[in-house]
Amino acid sequence: MSEHVSSLKLYIGIWITLLIGTLVTVLVAGVNLPGPLNAVVALTIATIKATLVVLFFMHVKYAHDKITKVVIVAALFWLAILLALSMADYTTRLWT
Amino acid sequence: MATAVLESGERETYLNKEYGIKSWLLTVDHKRIALLYLVSITFFFFIGGFFALLIRLELLTPAGDLVQADTYNKLFTMHGQVMVFFFLIPAVPAVLGNFLIPIMIGAKDLAFPRVNLLSWYLYIIGGALMLYTILNGGVDTGWTFYTPLSTEFLNTHVVTAGLAIFVAGFSSILTGLNFVVTTHRMRAPGMTWSRLPLFVWAHYATSIIQLLGTPVLAITLLLVVCERLFHLGIFNPALGGDPLLFQHLFWFYSHPAVYIMILPGMGIVSEIVCCFSRKRIFGYTAMALALLGIAVVGFLVWAHHMFVAGISLYAAMIFSLLSYFVAVPSAIKVFNWTSTMYKGSITYQTPMLYAFGFIGLFTMGGLTGLFLASLGIDVHVTDTYFVVAHFHYIMVGGMVMAYLGGMHFWWPKISGRMYPEGWGRLAALLVFVGFNLTFFPQFILGYMGMPRRYWDYSHSPEFQILNVLSTAGATVLAVGYVLPMIYFLWSMRYGKPAPDNPWNAAGLEWMVPSPPPTFNFEEQPVVTWEAYNYDEIKEEVPVAQ
Amino acid sequence: MHNSPIATADQEAHQNPALLHHFATEEQQKDAASLGMWVFLATEIMFFGGMFCAYLVYRYWYFGDFGAGSQSLNVVLGGTNTAVLICSSLTVALAVRAAQLGQQKVIIICLILTMLLGLVFLGIKGVEYHDKFVEHHVPGPGFHFPGHVPGHPDIPINQHHAQIFFSLYFIMTGLHALHMIIGVGLFAFITYNAMRRRYGPDYYTPVEVAGLYWHFVDIIWIYLFPLLYLIDRSK
Repeated sequence: MSEHVSSLKLYIGIWITLLIGTLVTVLVAGVNLPGPLNAVVALTIATIKATLVVLFFMHVKYAHDKITKVVIVAALFWLAILLALSMADYTTRLWT
Repeated sequence: MATAVLESGERETYLNKEYGIKSWLLTVDHKRIALLYLVSITFFFFIGGFFALLIRLELLTPAGDLVQADTYNKLFTMHGQVMVFFFLIPAVPAVLGNFLIPIMIGAKDLAFPRVNLLSWYLYIIGGALMLYTILNGGVDTGWTFYTPLSTEFLNTHVVTAGLAIFVAGFSSILTGLNFVVTTHRMRAPGMTWSRLPLFVWAHYATSIIQLLGTPVLAITLLLVVCERLFHLGIFNPALGGDPLLFQHLFWFYSHPAVYIMILPGMGIVSEIVCCFSRKRIFGYTAMALALLGIAVVGFLVWAHHMFVAGISLYAAMIFSLLSYFVAVPSAIKVFNWTSTMYKGSITYQTPMLYAFGFIGLFTMGGLTGLFLASLGIDVHVTDTYFVVAHFHYIMVGGMVMAYLGGMHFWWPKISGRMYPEGWGRLAALLVFVGFNLTFFPQFILGYMGMPRRYWDYSHSPEFQILNVLSTAGATVLAVGYVLPMIYFLWSMRYGKPAPDNPWNAAGLEWMVPSPPPTFNFEEQPVVTWEAYNYDEIKEEVPVAQ
Repeated sequence: MHNSPIATADQEAHQNPALLHHFATEEQQKDAASLGMWVFLATEIMFFGGMFCAYLVYRYWYFGDFGAGSQSLNVVLGGTNTAVLICSSLTVALAVRAAQLGQQKVIIICLILTMLLGLVFLGIKGVEYHDKFVEHHVPGPGFHFPGHVPGHPDIPINQHHAQIFFSLYFIMTGLHALHMIIGVGLFAFITYNAMRRRYGPDYYTPVEVAGLYWHFVDIIWIYLFPLLYLIDRSK
């Protein structure tokens, strides 16, 4: 997809960031945050980690055409349709 | 490079290049794989049709007298599953799409020829599982596999039927994957997105649905199988599960699946209407965007199948509103086909007759769909013959009409032979008349309150006359379907050899020989013209004898 | 005459035996393979998406029981496995880099490390499954999960709702593990080819495409770990 060769330093840096992210997720899970904040923090960290993997390990940052990004965004958009419209039913069942 | 010639002096084509069973079963030529699919889906079409005829025969009289109630449940279940998953969904993409897309965009093959062959084998494995299910006594869940009926209460072959469709689903995914990558990466120089035939656009939109919808059906069927084998409770209300979750996941795929069936048909009709009106398509960009629009909006409407199932009223209102939006791109398409024909020089060859049939019947199917999208009317006609008639107008009146139209249009290219035009027109007429006679009475039956999936209606004998009309129509329809199969087979041996461009049509597929050589093009074509440049083609459609 | 695509393909085929007949250039073939894998991964997102949807619905309905189920999972093993997978993602990325640079030995070392890490993951997963089996937490007739909802000593765990949690746990992690097994198999094949020096700066598409798959499987786990192991941990 790309002829770009990333530096060893970058890969190691991303790897360490991912490990730290994992550690932070576990530690934060032990702290009682108000409301749904625990889940929000855990998923935010997971999304940051996933984004790093996609951009650097999977080389999307260096892709020379847009189609790879379009495919990813389309898949996430469709996943959002599935989750959002299903939950539109479940969250309003008890409304009168 | 000169045209390859066989020792016998014949021109080398994809058909006569190699002979023998191995040259077919191990082929990676997209055209040969298309023919493998053609044979297999035709087989399943006649199996599904056989079940349909038994259903219609049972309903000829009010009493449940021809078959047992349980048998009847199996008949409509297997009719639905075979027709939907083994005919309607693969038919146009896997046969005509497979054959034509590489040629239409100027490529030598699909991007992944071996994956293409794999998809056919997956289809065959799925089909074999389905046949095994049928021969071992079948399945009677209804084609929808609704839980917990399918997971807890029935003693039929739910697991093998579910796995059959699971495997066939992967065949569909691989076809879609191949089409998307091929359309992106394999276009000939000059074949820009705005020059693609709408047939290719239609398959691109279809592939999006296949790729993003089918995996959800796959995981859902897997959950059903696990649930049935291990009683996990995911879809079982007695164990805390929610049967509506099954319905959400099932219809998330199975509503867009309707567009998997109809979008390729729309692509075919666009090609045919332009050719036999000798005109450029009206509103090319709008037509292409409408195809993509249907593919996207089609995913936002699924719960209109669940209005009476117990979803929240608020969700129902949202889904009702969203369902209306599908009508917009659909109407754009119908208006633009009509505008294309306006002041065109129209000839009434067989493919065009099917295209006429498609436009009319699809419009009726679409408009009755709006009835069902409306909450108040849906409550009245849900699970009646009104619904049955509605979706048969889309699937049979729409998709099968388009498929037959496409088969006639491209048969000279596929086989190198002309079909007999007179018989073709007769069959088209029979299909149209037979179809309407079969399904129009069902609208009235449904409106009068006849429920679907009932085997006995002796409590209301007034339904009989309409049912008799419907069964009579089904008989005519059956003749209309058998005829083309006979004369297509006949034409392979006795038909007049087809010229390269029998319709003087536009498009790259008409610039290669009939039938095409294995690699389609001897030299890399360079496209310098817009799609449907009929204003530059002076010849009319040759008059058939 | 000489610009016939078939003849061109044949000439280039002598330069690179990996170029298939129906592609005009190596770049076209590489772009097609890469896009094909990305599109496949999009379908995988929806495949797991169906389960995430079921998970979301029941977590919304049965939050307390899901919390109890989640706390019975071994967070140390789960966390270790997350780290193991992240390390394997690094080794895959390094394998692709080595191929880009033509460092034959490094490719093979990185691929073997990846497979080893994959097997370590599966081994740890096996230990966790074994623990659940011993504790009678496997859904089925023997399912037994006593206790109370986290933070609510007065509310006993609903056995049915907890069983749904464990059903989803086993199906989601089980399908993830199946993807891992397929990935290890893919890399075994690619390592074999790497040993035959098939990959280098001119041709490393299989390494890269299999790498994309492996990273995706890693990403799925990056989400599964907090969603399954870390519900309501603080109570």
